[in-house]
Amino acid sequence: MSQVISANRLSDGIVVFRASNGAWVEQLRDAEILPDSVAVKAALDLVELDIKANHVIEVAAFDVAVKGDHVEPVHLRDKIRAKGPTIHPGHGKQAAL
Amino acid sequence: MYRYDEFDAAFVADRLNQFSDQVQRRLSGELTEEQFRIHRLMNGVYLQLHAYMLRIAIPYGTLSPRQLRKLAHIARRYDKGFGHFTTRQNIQFNWPALKDIPEILGELASVEMHAIQTSGNCIRNVTADHFAGAAADEIEDPRPYAEILRQWSSIHPEFTYLPRKFKLALSGSPHDRAAIQVHDIGYQLVKNDKGETGFAVYVGGGLGRTPMVGHKIRDFLPTKDLLAYTQAIVRVYNLEGRRDNKYKARIKILVHEKGFEAMRAAVEAEFEADKSELLALPQSEVERISAYFAPPALPERAAQSQALETRRASDHAFAAFVDVNVSKHRQAGYGLLTISLKPIGGIPGDATAEQMELVAELAEKFGHDEIRVSHEQNLVLPHVALDDLPAVYDALAAQGLATANAGLISDIISCPGMDYCSLATARSIPVAQRISERFADGPRAKDIGGMKIKISGCINACGHHHVGHIGILGLERKGVETYQLTLGGSGDESCTLGDITGPGFSYEDVVDAIETVVDTYIGLRSTPDEDFLSAYRRVGMAPFKKALYERDSGSEI
Amino acid sequence: MPLYKNGSFVQDQWTTIPEGEAMSPAGHVIVPLTWWQAERQAFDDSHVPIGVRIDPGIAIDDFIADLSRFALIALVIPKFQDGRAYSTARLLRERHGFKGELRAVGEVLIDQIQPMLRCGFDAFEITDPVTQAALETGRVPGVTHFYQPGVNEAPKAGARPWLRQAGR
Repeated sequence: MSQVISANRLSDGIVVFRASNGAWVEQLRDAEILPDSVAVKAALDLVELDIKANHVIEVAAFDVAVKGDHVEPVHLRDKIRAKGPTIHPGHGKQAAL
Repeated sequence: MYRYDEFDAAFVADRLNQFSDQVQRRLSGELTEEQFRIHRLMNGVYLQLHAYMLRIAIPYGTLSPRQLRKLAHIARRYDKGFGHFTTRQNIQFNWPALKDIPEILGELASVEMHAIQTSGNCIRNVTADHFAGAAADEIEDPRPYAEILRQWSSIHPEFTYLPRKFKLALSGSPHDRAAIQVHDIGYQLVKNDKGETGFAVYVGGGLGRTPMVGHKIRDFLPTKDLLAYTQAIVRVYNLEGRRDNKYKARIKILVHEKGFEAMRAAVEAEFEADKSELLALPQSEVERISAYFAPPALPERAAQSQALETRRASDHAFAAFVDVNVSKHRQAGYGLLTISLKPIGGIPGDATAEQMELVAELAEKFGHDEIRVSHEQNLVLPHVALDDLPAVYDALAAQGLATANAGLISDIISCPGMDYCSLATARSIPVAQRISERFADGPRAKDIGGMKIKISGCINACGHHHVGHIGILGLERKGVETYQLTLGGSGDESCTLGDITGPGFSYEDVVDAIETVVDTYIGLRSTPDEDFLSAYRRVGMAPFKKALYERDSGSEI
Repeated sequence: MPLYKNGSFVQDQWTTIPEGEAMSPAGHVIVPLTWWQAERQAFDDSHVPIGVRIDPGIAIDDFIADLSRFALIALVIPKFQDGRAYSTARLLRERHGFKGELRAVGEVLIDQIQPMLRCGFDAFEITDPVTQAALETGRVPGVTHFYQPGVNEAPKAGARPWLRQAGR
């Protein structure tokens, strides 16, 4: 299963995703898709530096389904993190989509 | 209501400086996240699914208009224009930045508010009956004692690192509106046969994954021993409560595993051994604090209001609003007005900045400057003249706050669930919204009568589902939301935990299942006055189970 | 191990004997309670200062009879979130009148120093470098207004001597 690494930014708590250049981005579509557990492990090792530097907290990899250009989290919880509350279409990342 | 003196103000300023320093040390990396977490939690700061969440204490649910306006300002300035009133008389903001939180706490301090101990393994915000000081059935206002407990428990050096969170609730009336029997300690003001006031004390109640109804550990505790006895209970818990498993760390588990009689013996022994008179409450001090809670001078009024009756006769919606949302005040000509934060199809407990400001204004104009927050996630104006109700109603209606459903089926308690909460296993709020839409607040809801539906999005039970007449627990099964129902729970003086109906229902089917339960109740009630809880207690689970499950298996054949 | 006492780091006069290790019955040693209970007769005719190490979960009743024999009690804080020792410390000071050194050992962090002081601890073994650095600057973060009297804080006259304490 493909995965993406997400975290919360320490300073404001906003959900961020790890991009292929190592930056933390706010939209899932800009995140790096990691094809297998080896890639996930390698990326998580790199992220350790960002945790130590106190940029991000709550780092975790989550499952995504990729269809063409579209990336969709597999689990509801991750969908909600990637978009925002289902009850508030105007709030969270979905507002900018 | 209570007003800070210089000491209280200095204390909150102190705490703010301390926490600001901790935030700076965290941002600079001096504190690790693990070390910081405990401090941020003890100052009300969680990390939720989307962002940080700040939980602000509203001690014993009492607010002034000035404070509510400040909350509106915070909602607008630092958040997304709304706040969420919780099941523990707190308000939560869902989107504050960590770096802004010291500033927000500074704003709160300017109106004598804080977020101290709204989370963490410490003594939490002390809650009380939201009708305190106004209810017709009250023995004595519990809030002075709640305030004394609040002060005593604030940054208590011995009790800041308890095995788990610790919740106190007080009721001054025989009818328990504060759910005291499902708190770690519940205090019920009572009179003994000499006419003295004291507390019946309950210990070891709690919801969560192992729900328990509290045991009555004292029939009568003199009010002067309030702190000394509380200290004895918390000390026994601090020393003996389990720390090996956070799911078994609440005092209810200690009471259960140690045995209630052994627990009582240990508490009484600790209470007896503490010879220090330091914690004995001097009557003068109780009176000093009580003076802050003196009821407002309410001008005498006729028991019947001509203005109200005239409007009622011509306006069906207004009549329904008065019948449902106004409770009996102890003074003739006045009412306790519940402002429902449960608009049909809305988010239980949410209020916009504009709504908060309107309620603040109404409290100033018509409510003797007092607002209450109920654990049922509504607001209350505790002292409204019946004559003023038409004007209050019109103003509320203009802001979408005149839903006539207090205590009815659409007055649903719901935790934030998976839409916000990092612990949740399923969504709660959209389920509440769909139930609310299904039954609404019209004649059908009125016919169903008093009904408390409570929804939690995980086993931690912030939505109090165990004590809902109908409880709904959202779980995750194989990656899919599933909802378990419980029936017959009650959080009042006849406290009982609900019984599980059987297998859970899908997100799609759960509202139909609730409707099946409701229709079954309507079909079997002995009279239209027999409410759901009474009917359930009379007939038990069987007819509901049959209706919920046998119909489904039948259709498959 | 750096020892913080009375506002500064001081030379530790005591030697801690780890669990299971043999020792000669000299003074100024901190021994596990089990060791004391097994070997105490070796000290019957001696008056050397003895310290005892108390793990959390040990009830005061298990060693209270020997309290007068201890010049030092080290209360173990296995994790900084573990608050049992705070109650034990207060009880030793307030109920049992223990006047010797009350030492916090284990995970002792900077933000817990003030509440520990208020519960009657007077010595701290520091292992965390950030805590050590902070204490070396003479900084014990905390608050200066208290709603409860702490150990050895005489109630002040005023409206509410039983509840409030200002100043350190």
